[in-house]
Amino acid sequence: MSDIIYKPGHEPHPRETRRIFRNIDRVGYTPSIDSFIKDGGYETLKKVIKTEPASIIDEVKKSGLRGRGGAGFPTGVKWTFIPKGNTKPVYLICNCDESEPGTFKDRFIVHQDPHQLLEGMIIACYAVQAHYAIIYMREEFPEAAKIMRTALKEAEQHHFLGKNILGSGYDLRIILHRGAGAYICGEETGLINSIEGVRPYPRIKPPFFPAAIGLYGCPTIVNNVESLCQVRQVLMRGGEAYATDGAQRSPGTRIIGVSGDVKRPGYYEIISGSITYGELLYDLCGGPREGRTFKAIIPGGASAKVMSCTEVLKGRNPDGSVRKMSIFDVPMDLDSIAQHGSMSGSGGVIVMDDSRSMPEMLRNLNRFFAWESCGQCTPCREGNPWMLKLSERICAGKAAPEDVDLLKSVADNICGRTVCAFGEACSWPVQAFTTKFREEFLARTQPINALKPHNPETAEARKFLSRED
Amino acid sequence: MSSQQEQLPKDAAAAEGKVNVQINGKWYRFPKGTRIADACNSVGIHVPCFCYHPKLSVAGSCRMCLVEQGMPPRLAPGATPTYNDDGYQTIQWMPRAVVACANTVAENMGIRTDGTVCREARRAVLEFLLTNHPLDCPICDQAGECKLQEYTADYGQPSHRFTEAKIKKGKNISIGPRVNLDQERCVLCRRCVRFMKEIVGEEILGVVGRGGHNAIACFPGKTLDSNYSMNVVDICPVGAMTSKDFRFKMRVWFLKSTPTIDTNCGTGTNIFIWSREQQIYRITPRQNDAVNSCWMPDNHRLNYKYINSEKRILTPLVKTDVGAPQRPGAWEPTLRAVSEQLRRCNPKQTAIIVSARLTNEELYLAGNLAQLLGISQLDIVPRSGEPDGMLICADRNPNTTGAKLILDKDGRTLDDIRLGIKNGKIRHLIVIGEDVTAEAAIPESHLSKLDYLLVIDHSETATTRAADVVLPGVTFAEKYGTMVNITGRLQRLNKAIEPLGASRADWDILRSLLQGSGGDMSLLTARAQSPMEILDEIAAQFPAFKGVSWAAVGNSGIPITETGETIPLIEREQTKQ
Repeated sequence: MSDIIYKPGHEPHPRETRRIFRNIDRVGYTPSIDSFIKDGGYETLKKVIKTEPASIIDEVKKSGLRGRGGAGFPTGVKWTFIPKGNTKPVYLICNCDESEPGTFKDRFIVHQDPHQLLEGMIIACYAVQAHYAIIYMREEFPEAAKIMRTALKEAEQHHFLGKNILGSGYDLRIILHRGAGAYICGEETGLINSIEGVRPYPRIKPPFFPAAIGLYGCPTIVNNVESLCQVRQVLMRGGEAYATDGAQRSPGTRIIGVSGDVKRPGYYEIISGSITYGELLYDLCGGPREGRTFKAIIPGGASAKVMSCTEVLKGRNPDGSVRKMSIFDVPMDLDSIAQHGSMSGSGGVIVMDDSRSMPEMLRNLNRFFAWESCGQCTPCREGNPWMLKLSERICAGKAAPEDVDLLKSVADNICGRTVCAFGEACSWPVQAFTTKFREEFLARTQPINALKPHNPETAEARKFLSRED
Repeated sequence: MSSQQEQLPKDAAAAEGKVNVQINGKWYRFPKGTRIADACNSVGIHVPCFCYHPKLSVAGSCRMCLVEQGMPPRLAPGATPTYNDDGYQTIQWMPRAVVACANTVAENMGIRTDGTVCREARRAVLEFLLTNHPLDCPICDQAGECKLQEYTADYGQPSHRFTEAKIKKGKNISIGPRVNLDQERCVLCRRCVRFMKEIVGEEILGVVGRGGHNAIACFPGKTLDSNYSMNVVDICPVGAMTSKDFRFKMRVWFLKSTPTIDTNCGTGTNIFIWSREQQIYRITPRQNDAVNSCWMPDNHRLNYKYINSEKRILTPLVKTDVGAPQRPGAWEPTLRAVSEQLRRCNPKQTAIIVSARLTNEELYLAGNLAQLLGISQLDIVPRSGEPDGMLICADRNPNTTGAKLILDKDGRTLDDIRLGIKNGKIRHLIVIGEDVTAEAAIPESHLSKLDYLLVIDHSETATTRAADVVLPGVTFAEKYGTMVNITGRLQRLNKAIEPLGASRADWDILRSLLQGSGGDMSLLTARAQSPMEILDEIAAQFPAFKGVSWAAVGNSGIPITETGETIPLIEREQTKQ
């Protein structure tokens, strides 16, 4: 599309494919419905609203589209979890609580191209026959909320929303619900509880998906902002055409948000699997800062396991033989990185160069997770403050070498024993950092510290243990 | 082989609506939909739980009940399952433990509580729970009946790796008139929150704060003043919720618990009386799903102080002359004198007022006494109040149904007795277990007109003060007996403490009077030496009690008659299921 002019500094790299971000930072493009319609907006909706809802679900299943919120669950399959013969209302919730540190893709969509989301959402609602949908927007997006409200009004005025949409007889109401600033509200069942007005404690599994029992006990589909935009792309291109794009098991484009120590941090939309982490960091992002070398990469938001740039990974050649590779050789799709023990998650790539201290980085992450733990279940509630205190002590040079092992052991005790995936989110970084950068942690410790009291209570209590008289 | 033998265990179980589950290597059969925790506990394999309570919704948040679980491997498309010699599929164990409270059993499921996965999970959870716990067991009321203490001893580790500063939270917070909260001891199981919301239906308690600063608190402007508030103390697995009444009074391991029933209303809530020596320290509800589930109202729970009060009459009291003060007397001469007096009374001028707080056995003996003396004017004192739509019923007598069955009296002729006393037609009155001045509206001035007033009661009242003879009876905690609640359920009273002082159980006094004044023991065989034997007598005479025996009643009671009455809380619980 040569007629699209982007703002200076936001021009796409030749290896990028701007589909979802086609109109982001585009000269002359506003969040208004007119801009969107001029760009071919709502045409897909007009086309599909005449078809059967089941055919839309089929199309999305055929496309192989996987959710973009982090877990990568196939979107079409999720939709089919609504119980057969359901008589309750079906709700669709757009999860716009993008809070994963390092992730900033949805914010561009809701700030600059809200109608793209609305169109995808209306299509999705029609597919699952939801007549009431909610955009759950995080508290930290006050501007986006204003923009989205205007967009909802505009869509209603153009009969894309409301009663009898485009004369199809299908009714849909979308409301905007603001969060109050909690990471855990991004967990779909925590989000549902938040909408219900109770504490956003994630719900116990099973049921594993709210599609069976969700908002107010009714079948509920929770989809990420980007996923819903991708739904529009699927219907625009056709499921089969979409499936052929990019990596076989995770087709379509991916939006990568790169932050940290690279020359050009920012968003990049690429065909899934078309480039490697090395190409992303060196070609698209321009490599490390002057005089620096890359040290570590968190490939998918703060909760993904950190990858050391020097660690040797085992890759498989097409003939089945094993070859040595590094993180830079791993293609950017959902599954490749998972084979090496991390995850591509929400696409937030955090890059650290050799100027960064790993214990400090971990302490920062621990502080985030300790603050954001909802406190519902024991391991996460009690383990996170413990891990924070340990890592703070390591950073302050008041820890003994065995404290590093203790830190990892606490993470091991949280992982896999919690109500929701937060347990993994908070323990994976600790496990990965302390294992892969163990030497760096040990360097901050001193054996003598094991004998020193390091909390005021113990110091006070010791007075009674040794009596001078 | 017959087709019966060829049948696989799964089909045999399915025919009964059950599933086969392997627990620690042994196969069991459970009904479909049984929770893993309940299944394990039912076969004697203990699964520790903090947040799970069978009467409340499942929270699944304490993670204490983690168990190792396995299922048969998922089959490749088109493959058929293979069975071992016993007819079971092999179990593929999952690396992650699952919560036993939120998951239900399934066919060919395996559960392990004795493996490393489960043991490590429990140890880790206990270690976490103790990181910010104040470890103040020596001064904690819950010590001795604390789940955290028990599980730590059973599944925990001897030392702690946590050496950081603990998170500080609120202590000794008065969250209601009867309950105190210690947020630091709390394990945040939220049983109290769920109880108030789901059982009481009032949202008073909630959780505030984020992450490690989570704490139980009342919602702004609210206090935990429900009449069911003290149930949160019972269900609190740790010492976070404590009863203001019981705090610091006694270490629980010194207390003896006696299963018995509450006598404050017709519901007959099942309770434990907790006593040491001759002192009662607290009353807690005892589970009976047909009567009170796991709960009881606060005002009933706290109504035990009169048992050890100064007002108790501990010896027989005798007024030797008109206008003379009551003087303590010995039992045998007093009983002889009373029996003689009763024989002399004109039965037409004599009335008996009995209490529907007496046991069936006592009512039976009172009936026999009336029959023996030829007294026809006998009735109970009805007592009623507002029902609370939960466990407190309108009938505030615990044994109205029993009185109806045994004496065929329900208080309707009380007016005649009252009138008879007023206009002097009744000259002699026997009152058993009632303060008629307060409860039956017979003023003291009318009582003083009587020629003879015999009162059997446990505490001093205006009626006992007016009496010519007072025989000290006992409270419900000091005797055996049975009562029939409003729904027609026969339940047992058990003796928690011995009769105080020289007082005697009411049935014992009545039996002595019967023997002393009649001589003809045909009405009461010589066998009837105890309430249990008197119950046998009743069983032989009253159709409703047919086949009933002390042992058959048991601690949970048996329904013996239909009254049409129901207990609202139990109704709700059953419809929920």
